[in-house]
Formats: sequence, structure tokens, C-alpha cells
Amino acid sequence: MPYIPHTESDVAHMLSALKLDTIDQLFDEIPPDLWAEKLEIAEGISEMSATRLMTERAVTSDRQLNFLGAGAYEHFIPAAVWDVVTRGEFMTAYTPYQAEASQGTLQTIYEYQSMITQLTAMDISNASLYDGASALAEALLMAVRCQKKKSGQTILMPMQVHPFYRQVCETIVAAQGIQLQLLPYDEGGQIDQTYLAQLNIEGVVALVIPQPNFFGVLEEVHALTDWAHARGLLVIAQVNPMALAVLVPPGQWGQSGADIAVGEGQPMGVPLASGGPYFGFMTCRESLVRQMPGRIIGRTVDLDGKEGFTLTLQAREQHIRRSKATSNICTNQGLAVTAATVFMSLLGAQGLAEVAQQSHQNCEALIKKVSVIPGVKAHFNRARFHEVVLQLPVAAASVIHFMAKQNIQAGVDLQPFYPELTQHLLVCVTETKASADLSRYVDVLAEAIKLVVAV
Amino acid sequence: MTAIPRELKYAASHEWIRVEEDGTAYIGITEHAQAAMGDLVYVELPDVEHEFAAGEEAGVVESVKAASDIYSPVSGEVLAVNEALEDAPELINSDPYGDGWIFRIRLSDTEELNDLLTADEYEEQLAEEDH
Amino acid sequence: MLIFEQGQPGRRSMAEAPGGSSAPLDFPAHLMRRQLPRFPEVSELQVVRHYTNLSRKNFSIDTQFYPLGSCTMKYNPRGAHRAASLPGFLNRHPLMAETNSQGYLTCLFELQEILAEVTGMAGVSLTPMAGAQGEFAGIAMIRAYHQSRQDHGRTEILVPAAAHGTNPATAVMCGYTVREIPVKADGDVDLDALKLAVGPQTAGLMMTNPSTCGVFDRAIAEIAQTIHQAGGLLYYDGANLNAILGKVKPGAMGFDVLHLNLHKTFATPHGGGGPGAGPVAVASRLLPYLPTPIVMKSKDFYRWSTEHDFPHSIGRLSAFMGNAGVLLRAYYYARVLGRAGLLRVAEYATLNANYLMQRLVDLGFTLAYPTRRASHEFIISLSPQLKQYGVNAMDFAKRLLDYGFHAPTTYFPLLVPECWLIEPTETESLEQLELFVAALEGILKEAAEDATLLKTAPHTLPVRRLDDVKAARELDVKWSYGEEKTRST
Repeated sequence: MPYIPHTESDVAHMLSALKLDTIDQLFDEIPPDLWAEKLEIAEGISEMSATRLMTERAVTSDRQLNFLGAGAYEHFIPAAVWDVVTRGEFMTAYTPYQAEASQGTLQTIYEYQSMITQLTAMDISNASLYDGASALAEALLMAVRCQKKKSGQTILMPMQVHPFYRQVCETIVAAQGIQLQLLPYDEGGQIDQTYLAQLNIEGVVALVIPQPNFFGVLEEVHALTDWAHARGLLVIAQVNPMALAVLVPPGQWGQSGADIAVGEGQPMGVPLASGGPYFGFMTCRESLVRQMPGRIIGRTVDLDGKEGFTLTLQAREQHIRRSKATSNICTNQGLAVTAATVFMSLLGAQGLAEVAQQSHQNCEALIKKVSVIPGVKAHFNRARFHEVVLQLPVAAASVIHFMAKQNIQAGVDLQPFYPELTQHLLVCVTETKASADLSRYVDVLAEAIKLVVAV
Repeated sequence: MTAIPRELKYAASHEWIRVEEDGTAYIGITEHAQAAMGDLVYVELPDVEHEFAAGEEAGVVESVKAASDIYSPVSGEVLAVNEALEDAPELINSDPYGDGWIFRIRLSDTEELNDLLTADEYEEQLAEEDH
Repeated sequence: MLIFEQGQPGRRSMAEAPGGSSAPLDFPAHLMRRQLPRFPEVSELQVVRHYTNLSRKNFSIDTQFYPLGSCTMKYNPRGAHRAASLPGFLNRHPLMAETNSQGYLTCLFELQEILAEVTGMAGVSLTPMAGAQGEFAGIAMIRAYHQSRQDHGRTEILVPAAAHGTNPATAVMCGYTVREIPVKADGDVDLDALKLAVGPQTAGLMMTNPSTCGVFDRAIAEIAQTIHQAGGLLYYDGANLNAILGKVKPGAMGFDVLHLNLHKTFATPHGGGGPGAGPVAVASRLLPYLPTPIVMKSKDFYRWSTEHDFPHSIGRLSAFMGNAGVLLRAYYYARVLGRAGLLRVAEYATLNANYLMQRLVDLGFTLAYPTRRASHEFIISLSPQLKQYGVNAMDFAKRLLDYGFHAPTTYFPLLVPECWLIEPTETESLEQLELFVAALEGILKEAAEDATLLKTAPHTLPVRRLDDVKAARELDVKWSYGEEKTRST
């Protein structure tokens, strides 16, 4: 029996201790008419067969040259990261409720919190949330709680926040009467500050600032932060952690810094893995910590005065506060956070900055190379980080389709999300791309455009 | 035996209220309540000038393992809060009826005091809860 | 010692640096970072040694019996881990073209079908990233259902008093008020109280069955009828599905919507507190509201659903499509077990729980629900031991750690004083259960002879009992630069 150790004599011994004849008698409190008649599921297979099956399935996605970004970024992950992280003591432990038996997980998360606060220049980090999108949604709910003395609960949400993030926010805040007011972008792909200047902010409690935004474009974070704070709004920064190695961190935006900063942690050592598990990080100003959702690990001492780590501020959480909790969140993404902690330790601040720098340079190099193709150019001409909107002479979807057949993942077609961007492709380049990869991309893109035009 | 000062009035939700000569009143939680909570680590205080109706949530006390709402036993306007609790919530543990007071209120309707429990009645309630 | 305290200025793990040229950055000066973050400056060996040693300070399924009630800490098959870590899965970008993703999509499609079958439901969405998010999706669907019928007066969700804290927290997140329903002395929901509580304001009931009391609610059919007659819907919290997997389908009990905890029932690793996955399954009337995306099959081509497929969906819950790596592991597990294997899960989990319960009764422990069969878990109350020896449930739990066992869930559910919720799972052997019994026998003896030994436990772990009060009052949640200097003096 797969994974079940019982022998026939074990079962006989156990049943006799229970004074029963069959295992089924253990279910005799369940009304018989509820018992399932049959299970329409195939019979089990061996580990060997299952491994072969999965290998055949995995191969269909193998060996792709990937230029997709849009919130999930291909960075090199050192071998040591997952080698350490998949040790059974990390991977098969549970939530550290028994602190004395979980010091490994607890100290790792404490170190993670320390690194994330360094990276963001914020006061406090929690132990993580599910992913970048749900972290942003939780940040909106948190901002509304922090501003509960204000009338209204509208949040300013730029159009160039990741469309899927906006959708997740809609889903999660919908039931609580929170409105998301969309802000348009200007011709440079940034938040339109002239629009902001004449905006009626009655009922508004917070502004979301993405950095970089979905288009890869950098926002004017200082001016925006000061604009919001002057009007009593909270600033929610939504940031790429890799970019923060080289960009001004949210804790230093404007005169007084962002109030809450969140983002997708995946670039920090977590594989693309079809979209998860990733982790969302969340940080805030110290004065707001009681409104922060999720677990927080604190350092304290034991009976002998020896340093140790434990869950703290638990009274905010669902297992104590129940219906009055700051969130229903129970889990964090412990294992992914462990990976990020090891990753950040290995790379160091200098290593992260180098990865960010090379990703940026590779992206700029690609833009230069593709620009020789007639009709292809960068659509927004402002500073950007490792991602660019390319304007094409043809529909992006057909180009993507053609290039996929050549095992190149060309980028994201923007038209489904931005109907005005009819022939636009969102392309990401990281440090993993060599010069030959860029040349191949350009050649196949040129070929694809030629073919599409000819049709 | 838990202390239940005779001169105070009590709410079933374990708050006490002490009416001063000037018609204002101090409010806190009882010794029994603090003992049940354990070491307090945080108190969320109401806002000064806020107007409460009787029975309305006025704040929260938190220990490591529990959190409990504080209800205003009477209607009125908050005149002051015990700011010392922000740094030293343990005052509620050490002196629940004295230095551990939580807020001071101007009663809008002294009649409401008649709806509250006397020390004897509160003691009776505790005895019942024990069973 | 923290990793921050082990570095030296200028030290690096150079092999990990990307190499290549780095021209100066051309960002506008005011947007550039002025000073690098303060990270550890350490070598590769230091990092590997530090985190390897930290891992050794953890209890885990791989190293210890871990009978944590309601958490289903069963063996996490290595085969599933290797399968999900194949390069084609691990390096696959979530937005990769469907034409390059047929193998991956096939796995997810078949997982949807398997989960629909074991739950007796009409449709499945895999996107929720944890049980609590599944709960959110479920209650949001109930809300969408009532709204689509213009039934706006339904403002209340009913929750049994024994429920997991995520249930009431979720209902509130979805804009509902919560009313708790008492549980009777035998562990079943108080049906009379439920009947009084339902009405035109009832949006639904959230329930686990078997409950966190470790018993199967025998009146479930009548509970379902009561809720349905009042116009409400039934939500099944799948936290305890391991107890009835394949034996009883939640759909047959009358539930309209549920979530599964794949990290429990389908043996995916808990990772020290995540990641999990909380797929939702629904009866046909809730199909239109499923969270998206969902894997669809058109002829022999697998594809993601679009807005046209589910125009009334409650929407998206994750940036991409949930915790794919967890889903692949669960799929592998379901395929290896197959029909017969899935049924055995509930059978042997229940056998182990009932056997262990009997053995603890033999030792003189007090059951919370002595007249009942255990489901896959059961509750003992240590109130008698507290009275007799002055040793509480937490003291017993901490002493158990010294014996090399993880403690059961303590002080949950809240309605049983001094309780332990014990779940051995089906993957533990008879010998292991006996070792656990022997340890408890030893601890009982210690309680009688030397209660202090328990009250000051644990004694053999990396740390002794920690000062939680200090942790909360003097918040220290990060390393601060400069700290190493003040500490060394």
C-alpha cells in the first residue's frame, strides 16, 4: 500500500484492541446513505510509471528561450539555494506554533524580515503573504483600516499596475465596499500628474504607486508620495525587490517615505514554476504594525536569558481574533521565504545590484537591436527597468504565436489589457540572456513580422 | 479571592466604572478580567472627545494569547484616556482599579448606572461563570 | 547567531555573482538608490552551513512523529517532489503559450477532474493559494449566488463554535456578520439552536465534517436541509477531508461549495508554514462563479478559460493561477494512490486515530467525547491532570518535545478546556504509535513525581521556554545595523 506501513497482522492487532472485526466498522457513525458507492478514478500506478508520465508531460514546456516577464522574472538561482531549502527539516515542518521545536524556521524568517526591511528601507516586515497580487490586496484593506477615521474608502489605482493584480484586488476588496479609482497613464507611461493635480480626492484614503510599473517604466515616486501625503493619503508602494537593489527604496520616497510597501518576492530565488508557489512581501511604517496582516516573528529570550525567536503580535490574527482579525490569512509562504533568505545571503547587496544592473543593460541592448527592424521601437521613452513595451508594425498575438513555434516566448500581448495598445508587446530581459540569445530573438522577430505582413 | 471593590459598579462584560463627585467617571477592566487575560501586552485606547453609546466597543486589550474588546458601560463623551498604558499595559495587571484605569468619560445619562451590576451582583455572576 | 553577525566587510560568494561587464546605470539620479542595503557579507560555505544548522533546530515530518491535530502531517512523498521539480515544470513561465504547455495543462485538468470526483462536486477551480483563500472564494461565491438572485437580505454566516478561526475571519472579509452556533456535549452541532438561528438573513453555514472535535456530525443531512430550506448554502471546510476521503463525498452530505487543503489531504509539504493550496469545488448552481482561470479542454487541446467562459466569475485570486508546484505534487500523489489508494487514506488514518485513542484511554487520559468514534483525530482534555498535579496541557506538550515528538495541537478547539487535538495520520506505523504511548506514560509518571520537570520543559531543545510577553511588549522584529558593535561590548 503506497505510503501506508500497516501489515495484516498490525491491522488485526489494532482491530482486536478496538474489539472490532473490520476497519469499516470505524465508520459506523456515518449514516449509510452517505457512503460513496464508487470512485471514478483510475487505479494507482508505481513511482516509476508516475515519474515517467510526469517527465513526458514536463517535456512539452522544456527548453524555451524566455522573454516573458510581467510579474514573474527569470533570474539565475544558485544551486545552494534549493539544495538547502529542500532539506526535510525545512520542507516538511509546519507552522512554528511550538517555538522551541521550530527555531530553524523562526530564525530564518527573522533574518528574512531583516533583509526585506533593509531592501525596502521600511520599519517592519511580516513573514510574507501568498503572492504579490494578494499582498497588494491586503495592503489596500490595511490602508482602509488605518484610515478608518476618514470618511470614504476609495483607493487610487494606476492603470499601469499589473492588470492581474488589479483584478485580484477587485475580487478581494469587492465585498467591503472599497472602491478602486483608476488613474490614467500619460504618454510616457507614467502616472499622469496633471490629471492628479485636478483630481477631487474626497473619500480617497490611499494612492498605489508601482515601481517599476507594469510597462517597466519608472514612476516619479518622490513627487507622487509628497502629493499624496500633503492630502492625508497613505502611500502604498508596489515594488520589484530586485529593482530595489539599484532604485531608491520606498522608505525613502519623498519627504517621509511610503507607508506600506508590498511586492512579489519571486525574483529573489524562487523559480518561475508556472506561477507559484511564490511569496508576497509586505512592509510598513512602525506605527501601522497593528493593522498589518500575517505572521510576524520576534526575537526574545528563554528562561535562561538565551536568545530565541517566536511568533509575536498574534492577537491580530484569525486564530485568536476570529471574526475581528486583520485578515483571514493563516499561512505564509514559509519555504519560498526560506529560499529568498538563502538567495539574498548568497548574492549579498552587491550581487543583487549586479543582477539588477545586468538585467537592465541586457534589456537596453535588446531595444537597441530590435530597433533596426522597421516599425519596431520602444513605445514609452522614459527610464525603465529590465522590461519594455515594444511597438510592432503588426498585431502582437500573431508574432507571439509564430515565435512560440520556434521555442521563443516573445512577450505579453498588451491588447487584451489595454485596448489602445493594439500592436504592443511587453518584453522582459534579465541577466540570464546572453548576447546570442538577444540576436536570436531579433532574427526570429524580424522573420515573424515579415511573415505576418506577407499574409 | 478576586477583588471587587464595593464602591464601584460593574458591567457583565467585566468593566468597572467609578463615578466621581463632578459627574465624570473612570472606566477600566476588573481584576478578574485581567487575571483571565494574563499578561497584557497592548491596549487600544479610545479617542478623546469620542461619544459612546452604552455597550459600544471602546477599545481592545491584548495579551499574548487573547484579545478582548472593552465596552463602554455607559453613554458619554471621552474626556481622557490613560496614556501611560501605551508604554505600560501591565499597569492593568498590577493595579486594575487604580493606575490601570483605561478612560474617563462624561456621563450623558446617569440613569444608566442603575442598569449596571453592584459588587454583589458581579460577584454572583463570577460565581455562576465558574460553574 | 544571526547570518548578519557572521560576515566581514567585502566578503562575497563570488561564484553566484552574474559576472560580465557593468556599465554605470543610466537611471535619473533622483530615482537611484544612494546606499546599498545592509546584507550579510558571507561566503557560500558560511551560508550553506548556517542554514543547514538552522534546519536542524526544526522538528519536521521527516525527522519526528508530528501528530498535530487538524494539520494532517503525513509523509510527503519524495517522488511527488521530484516530479514537480522537473525542468519543464520548474522553468515554465506562467504566461507561456498554451501550445508549449499541453503537458502541464493536462496535469491540472486531470487534477480538477479527480478533485471533483472525490468531493462529489460539479466543478473545480485550482487557483486559491491556501485553505483560507479557498474559504474566501467559497463565501464570495455564495455571496455572488444570492446577489444574482436579487436576494440582498442575506447578511449572516453561521459558524459552529468549534470552527477554525479562519471561518469567521473569512465571512467578515466577505462582508458578512457571523453568528456562532453552539456544539452539544457529544460534539455534534446543536440542531435546535441552529433551527432557531436560521432565517431570511442566513446566507450560509460554514462547517467541517468531521469537525475539529474529531467526530462526524451524524445529523449532517438534517443540518443541510435546515440551511437549504432557509434559503442558505452550505460551505464545507475541507481541513478534515483526510478522515472521509473517498468514503463520503461532501456533495452527498448536501454541501454546495468546499475547499480542499492539498497540503493536508494530498500530502504536499507544509514548508514550515506554507505554501499550501486550497482548490475550491462547487455544486452545479455555483459553477458560473468559480474563481478563474480554470483549465478547459476543447477537443484534444487544453487551454485556460477566458472571460467569455466565466463572465460571472468572482474573479481572480492570484497573480497567475495559484500554487502550481503544489498542484503538481497533489496530482502525482493522486495518480500513485489511485482509486483504492485514496480510499485507504481515510481507512488507515481512522484506524490509527481510534487505536491511539484507545491506548490513551488505557493510560487513564480523559476523552472530550468518550461516547464517540474518533474520526482521523481525537481530543483529550488534561483538566484532570491540571487539577491533580498542577500541570497544564502546554506543560505536557513541552515535555513531549523532550521525548522527540512534536506536540499535538494544544488549546484548540477553544471549547474543550486544557485540550490536545491528536491526529496521527495513516502513514505512521503501529510501532511509532506505541512509542508515542510509551512517552506519554513516562510523562504521566513524571507529572506525579516531579511536576516541575514538566513546568520548566523543554530541557533538551535549542532553547527553553520563550518569553512571549517580552516579545510582544518590546517588539524586536529585525536585525539593526550597528547591533553587532553594541553586542560585542
